[in-house]
Parts: sequence; structure tokens; C-alpha cells
Amino acid sequence: MSSTRFAALYAACLTPLCAIVFASDAIAHSYQVSGLAIGHPWSRETAPGQSVGGGFLTVTNRGKTDDRLIAVTSPVAAQVQLHTMTMDGGVMRMREVTGGLAVPAGGTLELKPGGYHIMFIGLKKSLKAGERVPATLTFQRAGTVQVAFAVQPATSTGPMEMPHAGH
Amino acid sequence: MPDIEESKAGQASAGARWPWRAGLVLLAAAAGFTGLALGINHFAQAPSQDRQPAIGGPFTLTAPDGKTVTEQALAGKPFAIFFGFTRCPDVCPTSLARMARLREKLGADGLKFAIVFVSVDVGRDKPADLGRYVGLFGTPILGLTGTQAQIDAIKRGYGVYSAKVSQPGGDYTIDHTAAIYLMDRHGQFANLITYDEPDDSALAKLKALIAQA
Repeated sequence: MSSTRFAALYAACLTPLCAIVFASDAIAHSYQVSGLAIGHPWSRETAPGQSVGGGFLTVTNRGKTDDRLIAVTSPVAAQVQLHTMTMDGGVMRMREVTGGLAVPAGGTLELKPGGYHIMFIGLKKSLKAGERVPATLTFQRAGTVQVAFAVQPATSTGPMEMPHAGH
Repeated sequence: MPDIEESKAGQASAGARWPWRAGLVLLAAAAGFTGLALGINHFAQAPSQDRQPAIGGPFTLTAPDGKTVTEQALAGKPFAIFFGFTRCPDVCPTSLARMARLREKLGADGLKFAIVFVSVDVGRDKPADLGRYVGLFGTPILGLTGTQAQIDAIKRGYGVYSAKVSQPGGDYTIDHTAAIYLMDRHGQFANLITYDEPDDSALAKLKALIAQA
């Protein structure tokens, strides 16, 4: 992501709780808000006509107070949900999470393939590898933070920032 | 709680469509019993059993170009077959990505088996949707769909479970079997790759599949 786009993101953050966005290079990206560090939001590219996509990220709570990720919105999707995926006797079951996902003090919430994930539902256009998808995360205590999901090839099994992920 | 509309493979009612039409002779008086027997037979063929299970069999489905595809199209070549849907954000792309990655690891042998993805979302996945979806993975994958009856038939053949689950707002998701079935060049069941199985183990199974006469 270019520095100008980061600047635009930063400028878009108007609340006192809002994120200070920093990026060490063109690929790695993370965000911070009130003691929470959000790492590597990523998504898989989607086929034309495919109306849903998944999103993954980590939230590390460096503070002393528990928090919860309670909502996600994005201009690219009609609706964004938090989902859990479980394997039950070889059967994959996906369900919407109600009440948000806990980010315990000193702990990390991981949204990754095979577990919790964000569902972008009713995509207004397909997600193309290399793009960034803007989204707003809302935490119960820390408030909102703007992030951008890096769209990766469909063959990705983890964020590309992690050199050994899936390879 | 979400409503679950089950269409589990091997249900008693599924017996009437079983391809072994010879059984029809018995049907009039014994329809219920026949269905039950087939259901039990199906469970006896679960992949966890040691003896050779009769998983697989004939199917008639539609390719992305609209052409009809049967099991004959795969005859003579081993294949890995997986059931899912294009609106599945997690296990389906993860599994297809994994097959693409394992194929790459096999080098020149990677194309000695076919990868088949069958949609269990008859309501939404049209042949062209399957084509665009499997095209994301950078390796040849045969994406197949069909009518409800055709999909029900192949699910029964492979012992695949899937069930629509209503979501708030009228949407739905689909619970489904996540294993990848490995079928030999004669169309006989050879092995399973489970969702949480390490790549090394899955790769060994693929090598064995390709090496089979």
C-alpha cells in the first residue's frame, strides 16, 4: 500500500480512539487502537459473481482489560458477519457468532482458516489479488479502527507476510 | 437455533433412486424395507471400515462449459474429489488450495491425477460459477454441478453429508463433509484426506494413489 493511501486512511480516522496506522514496508500491515494490535488482515480473491469472501486477522490485547470484537463493516459488502467454523465428525459447520469474539487481556484473538473468520456477504464486486479492502472493526471497549484487508491469491492459506505460511 | 434442512446421504428415502434397478422388482411390497436396508448398507460402507468400501460409482453431472460429464470421463486416471460450494469462504478454498499445492509438490507426477470439485449448492452454483471458482486456483480442476437429483445421487455414492442451514436475513450456508476422496484409476475408492491431516501424510497418499496400477 502506498504511503498516500495510508495517509488517507489515517486522515479518515477522526475519533480519539482511532488507530495510528503504521507500516514497516509495502507488504506488512498492522493497526493499533487502545492497547489492541491488529495484525495482517487478509482475504482471498473471489471469482466474478462469487458473492461472499472470507477475512482473517489477529488481534493482540496488550492492555489489562478484556475486550471484544463485536462488529465489522465494509463498503465492499452488504453485510459482514463473524463466523466460527468447526469440524464435527468430518463435517464442516459454519455459524455466525453472536455477541462478538473475546480478546482477553494479554491474549490474542486469531481469525484464520479452519477457525473464526470474517464473512463478507453480498460483495459489490469481486475481490482481486493485490487489492486492499477497507473495513471498520468495532471493539466493545476500544471503539472503532479502520483497517484494510490485503486480498491474496485463492491459494493462500495464511497471510503472505509470514514467509512460511502454507509453503 | 438455525433451521437445518437435512439431506443426508444414505437416508432411507434415498433407496428408491438407487441405480441398481434390479431391486425395483421387489419394490412394491418392500419399499420401506429396501430403503432401510440400503441405509444400513451405506453405514457399513463408511470410510473408517477396514474392508474395501464401495464408495463412488456412476454419476452424471455438468461441466462449466455446460457439457454432461459422467464417471467415464475420469476412467483410467486417478482422481481426488471434494464436495463444497463456491460461497464457502474457508474449508473449500483451503482444501482446493491444498490440492493445488500438493500437485505442485509432485512435480511432473502432479498431473497424473485429476482434481474434481462438486458443488452441493444446487440453488446457487451454476456450471459457469463453478468454472470461474475453480479457475482461481491456478491448476486444472474440474468443477461440476448438476440437478438436485444428480447431486443427491453422487452424495449418496460417496457417502457425503450436506445440509443447508438458514442464516438470519434469509441467507443460508451449507454444512458439508470436508474430506477429500482419493479414487483410483478404476474409479474405486482408495483413501481419504481429512481436513486436518498434515500435508506430508496427504502427499504420501497421493503418491501411493498415482503409483497404483
